[in-house]
Amino acid sequence: MSIKVENLSYIYMKDTVFEHKALDDVSFEIKDGEFLGLIGHTGSGKSTLIQHLNGLMKPTSGKVFIDEDDINSKTTVKKTIRERVGLVFQYPEHQLFEETVFRDVAYGPKNLGLDDNEIENRVRFALDMVKLDYNEIKDISPFDLSGGQKRRVAIAGVLAMKPKILILDEPTAGLDPRGRDEILGEIKELHETHKITVILVSHSMEDIAKLVDKIIVMNKGKIVFIDKPSVIFRESLMLESIGLGVPQATKLARELKEKGLDIGECLSIEDAKLQILKVLRSKKND
Amino acid sequence: MIKDITIGQYIPADTPVHNLDPRSKIIITFVFITALFLVNTFFGYIYILAFMGIALGLSKISPKYLFRGLKPLVFIIVLTAILNIFMTEGEIIYKLWKLTITKEGLIQAAFMCIRLVFLITGASLLTLTTSPIALTDGIEKLLNPFKKIGVPAHELAMMMTIALRFIPTLLEETDKIMKAQMARGADFESGNMIARAKAMVPLLVPLFISAFRRADELAMAMEARCYRGGDKRTRMKQLKFEMRDIYASIITIAFGGLIIWSRF
Ligand SMILES: Nc1ncnc2c1ncn2[C@@H]1O[C@H](COP(=O)(O)OP(=O)(O)OP(=O)(O)O)[C@@H](O)[C@H]1O
Ligand SMILES: [Mg+2]
Repeated sequence: MSIKVENLSYIYMKDTVFEHKALDDVSFEIKDGEFLGLIGHTGSGKSTLIQHLNGLMKPTSGKVFIDEDDINSKTTVKKTIRERVGLVFQYPEHQLFEETVFRDVAYGPKNLGLDDNEIENRVRFALDMVKLDYNEIKDISPFDLSGGQKRRVAIAGVLAMKPKILILDEPTAGLDPRGRDEILGEIKELHETHKITVILVSHSMEDIAKLVDKIIVMNKGKIVFIDKPSVIFRESLMLESIGLGVPQATKLARELKEKGLDIGECLSIEDAKLQILKVLRSKKND
Repeated sequence: MIKDITIGQYIPADTPVHNLDPRSKIIITFVFITALFLVNTFFGYIYILAFMGIALGLSKISPKYLFRGLKPLVFIIVLTAILNIFMTEGEIIYKLWKLTITKEGLIQAAFMCIRLVFLITGASLLTLTTSPIALTDGIEKLLNPFKKIGVPAHELAMMMTIALRFIPTLLEETDKIMKAQMARGADFESGNMIARAKAMVPLLVPLFISAFRRADELAMAMEARCYRGGDKRTRMKQLKFEMRDIYASIITIAFGGLIIWSRF
């Protein structure tokens, strides 16, 4: 499924002294099956933007299309949009409310009006996707789980709607490195095996560099860059000027180059390791 | 939608109304409200309107903003109007089965609605021009004399400060959870009363949990900084009456006099 955004602007608290333009004439397109990263300094409008993509917020001006359907036109049923575009909010575990994990994950499918059989299949599928054992966890209260497990249950709650486009707002905030890698791994797997379009908002340049095909860089409500990670991270000075950075490995490569050791461009530590070894070996052989 | 609630919101500015001592403003608001209930003719409302107009003009708050605060309370105003229209006895001008509309009812309804609108906008003007901290400081000071008879003035003020402080936070939280559940297909806007009440569960449960968590964290943080209410606390900003408080009092006394005079 594809997303097209045309000249989108959004003003918070319009016509009050607190008026604030959070999105300023934003346009871009995401093709079916893409894995997209959305980065930007805090307050740059990322969360505001993604809430426009499933009709939770109404643009002050501009349009959003999901597969050619204008999602804010009167004829579009909001529920069908939300079925297609799944949105995982920041700290999604704060939205858990049911007595058991099963019922919480089933909340979305139930709202879609599915029958009991299908709901059970969906819950199984979703819990499976986030690597939780269905039989073990389904009757437990979500409030008795650990932070990381709660996060997974909450993400499963959105996956159970089987969205074709999945948007995640900082899904790894506040998790330990292992929990973070696991959740990102699960998202990647989902993207690869089920061919869904993914938009990932993250403050970690490492994660973004590792996972996505394309990056959107936002600053003060505007899009300043859309391109492949290797191209974006070449602009380290520009990124730093808007409060962002580049992956550690990219920084290392740049500094080594300044010191006279050109190892090319790297996006991850593994990358850097291989390149450095290669360069060092070829130097030795000289 | 939820962001429309402006009760308890403060708009900072540098105007004579903003700079008035909070104690003066609280007392003036009380005088205003008492006066509002003393008014017994439509003509009396002219004085109220004039007083409100002066305060509003001086405060540089846009009237639009003030009226926006009425929006969430429209229900109460309409209910008051309906009850008054149908429940007042008198000269019948329209009869519909068992319901009767009387001339007195219509007049009474208009009278009560105007009173409500002034009541709400008057109270809003106080909170719009006074920061919550100043407001509770003022209340604490005004309650101080009652400490002798066991009124826990400081604790009451502290509780109010905290409650006011968390109104916007809770609204934001409500908005966020609502959106998160809507992203999962929740529908808060259609269906009958029962369906709607049921739809609130996924909103209220997380909201209560988060409110309790916040309360717990706040208590812990206050404890960790050795917070103790009570006598030996000093304050960073001492309240002080100025010339403008005297002017404001004179105007208010004149206003109160006019209202009482208008009753005869
Ligand atoms: N409900 C709101 N009312 C008023 N202003 C808001 C509201 N929500 C966000 N803003 C403002 O809009 C701007 C963009 O906010 P947004 O939450 O989209 O940023 P973000 O890029 O997601 O930041 P972060 O990385 O911190 O999550 C910010 O300047 C913020 O202050
Ligand atoms: Mg955000």
